[in-house]
Amino acid sequence: MTTVPKFDQVKVGDELKPLVLPPVSRHQLALYCGGSGDHNPIHVDLDFAKKFGFKDVFAHGMLSMAFLGRLVTSYAPNNQVRKLGTRFTSITWVGDVITVSGKVTGKREENGEKLIDLEVKCTNQNGQDTLQGQATVAAA
Amino acid sequence: MELDKKLIGHTFKPFTTTVEAGKIRLFCKAVGEEDPIYSDEAAAKAAGYRGITAPLTFLRALQADDPNKGGLLRLLNVDIGLILHGEQHFEYFAPVVVGDKVTCQEKVVDIYDKKGGALWFVVQEMEMKDQTGKLVAKGKGVTVVRNPDASKK
Repeated sequence: MTTVPKFDQVKVGDELKPLVLPPVSRHQLALYCGGSGDHNPIHVDLDFAKKFGFKDVFAHGMLSMAFLGRLVTSYAPNNQVRKLGTRFTSITWVGDVITVSGKVTGKREENGEKLIDLEVKCTNQNGQDTLQGQATVAAA
Repeated sequence: MELDKKLIGHTFKPFTTTVEAGKIRLFCKAVGEEDPIYSDEAAAKAAGYRGITAPLTFLRALQADDPNKGGLLRLLNVDIGLILHGEQHFEYFAPVVVGDKVTCQEKVVDIYDKKGGALWFVVQEMEMKDQTGKLVAKGKGVTVVRNPDASKK
């Protein structure tokens, strides 16, 4: 179980334990299509993806954002997370190996809560960022 | 292709959906999430939640329960093969758990283009309230529309 980070022990620059994911598979995209309710065929139907100018199907941005969510909730419990946001900066293709990493960028108090700001991102096997995000969690 | 900026301010019809354990289970399988607070009621309660909890980005799956699904694409008259997800942001005020009846309200807050109209951006904001009327989350998403005419010029 994830425990609540202790504000006094957290330092700006602290790195979160990275998450290295198995290669994105077509099966995973099919599961996410059903699991997310995002039925856009571009992620699962190769013929459709090609018709719209793509070489192959590609991952839902929100699949990768779920990986950011997994990283953040490995650092602080779900009910301590106040914000999670991201830009989708490049496409994740089938076979890509995504590493999810994060670090502490700030500590502050707001509305009586001790908050920790995080930078979180997904990076592919070529070192290219696919998601560049931020999160805020409440500490103890 | 040009998107109609007069659609800025358009408000979609709100809808209510029930948070279901089976949907969360499939979502977790797809994303590799194994924390038992998302599958086991006893574990979730032991960890201080009211019940089996929705993963952070599962809120987007609740949004996809809209009975008028595809409303934005119909409003813009855009083919689904032309869109990409540009940005997504959530603000959380309280956890959402299985059995909650969540009401979603979405609106278009901005429409603009870049690269001489080759790419269009549609910004939507979303509010989610639970069965008691309490605001549980806010969302903001940016949909990118690839202009199919841009490459023909």
